[in-house]
Amino acid sequence: METVADNGLGGMTIIVATLLVGMVFAVLPLPDFVPAELGFLRPDWVAMVLVYWLIALPHRVGIVVAWVTGLLVDVLLGSLLGQHALAYVAIAYIALNLYQRLRMFTVWQQALVLFALLGLNQLINFWVESIAGDAHWRMWYLLPALAGAFLWPWVFLFLRAVRRRLVVM
Amino acid sequence: MAGFAALSVLLMFVDHVTDWLDKSRAAMTVAVTPVVVIADLPNRSARGLTEMLSSRDDLRRRITELESELTLFKVKTEKMAALAAENNRLRDLLGSAAKLQDNVLVAELIGVNPDPEEQEVVIDKGLVDDVFVGQPVLDSRGLMGQVVEVSRYTSRVLLISDQEHSVPVQVLRSNLRLIAQGTGIDQKLELQHVNSTADIRVGDQILSSGLGNRFPVGYPVGVVDQVVFEPGKPFAEVAASPTAQLDRSRHVLLVFTESRTPEATAFNSGGSDGNSGR
Repeated sequence: METVADNGLGGMTIIVATLLVGMVFAVLPLPDFVPAELGFLRPDWVAMVLVYWLIALPHRVGIVVAWVTGLLVDVLLGSLLGQHALAYVAIAYIALNLYQRLRMFTVWQQALVLFALLGLNQLINFWVESIAGDAHWRMWYLLPALAGAFLWPWVFLFLRAVRRRLVVM
Repeated sequence: MAGFAALSVLLMFVDHVTDWLDKSRAAMTVAVTPVVVIADLPNRSARGLTEMLSSRDDLRRRITELESELTLFKVKTEKMAALAAENNRLRDLLGSAAKLQDNVLVAELIGVNPDPEEQEVVIDKGLVDDVFVGQPVLDSRGLMGQVVEVSRYTSRVLLISDQEHSVPVQVLRSNLRLIAQGTGIDQKLELQHVNSTADIRVGDQILSSGLGNRFPVGYPVGVVDQVVFEPGKPFAEVAASPTAQLDRSRHVLLVFTESRTPEATAFNSGGSDGNSGR
């Protein structure tokens, strides 16, 4: 199949498109026959897509992209403006420092790091919520991070296939 | 990195303390509206599919059913109109203000907050339809919640079952006035500060009391399903289940009370009532 080779605007379009797909997954309503409690397992898809691009193309996707994405997620979820932005900037900073090592890891080792990153993401969100409102820490706040870590290999393989097929550089 | 982190913190502070950012948030919401609409597509197409697959007979039966229901409701409404007119005449005799008619606008649900802790939904009506912050939202059975955020084409509705939401209510049987607070994921209401001598029983209907000027008077809010008097505690624990189908309703009604048209709201916004927004 003919691929669209490019490293300019088109590449960014694909990155943005994957982030938007992540956002769709983030707000996808659960069907009625599924218990609402299952929502506690929903991983932060946007953060996972973001981490993939941070590792794969750190020269294109950096702190700024993370911050803007975070702001859009804040608007999407109705959280305080800046809450997800802060969390994403924090995980972007760590991912950008570790990307060379992360590339050497096997997917499951990466998943372990992902658990830490997504856990930090949850933690920052919880901190903000507890300062601004009254949230109580419950262990299930880490469930999305766990779910995210388990789903990471598939997200990783899928996004890598997308990147290679569409030659995003 | 530190700069962006600081900027985020600053934004959050400003957003939490003031409403300066509401305009920009509304503008950005328009940008992400397609995401919400796309996320709703599977649900929507599933419903479309069931409709397509249902047989002619089924549809015909449904139409007949709905028509007979409609006739029934029409008769009831006529009776109601007569009663409302009579009621207003009597109120006039007593020298109290006439009750106002409520107008409603039908809206459709297009999204729910993915966080199960937060009881919020997104509807497909916004500023262009004159929706305003604080507007009461009903479904066909009772009170659902209130609008907390409006953008151009969509708005966000906080349900009465959210932990940060309270409604001033009264018990239909005894006229006892109370506050019903949401409890989050179990979609129950908790009636607060009920005296242990209060006249309240399981099965009591609770209606919105209209105190606080946010919700209109007399819409069903819930039914009391548990009353526990524990000796030694100052208040009884009373739980109610909401009458509205908070997790089922696809169609909701936005209420426009004559006295609370957008202009009037702008005039006395920041209303000092017990209802929370954020």
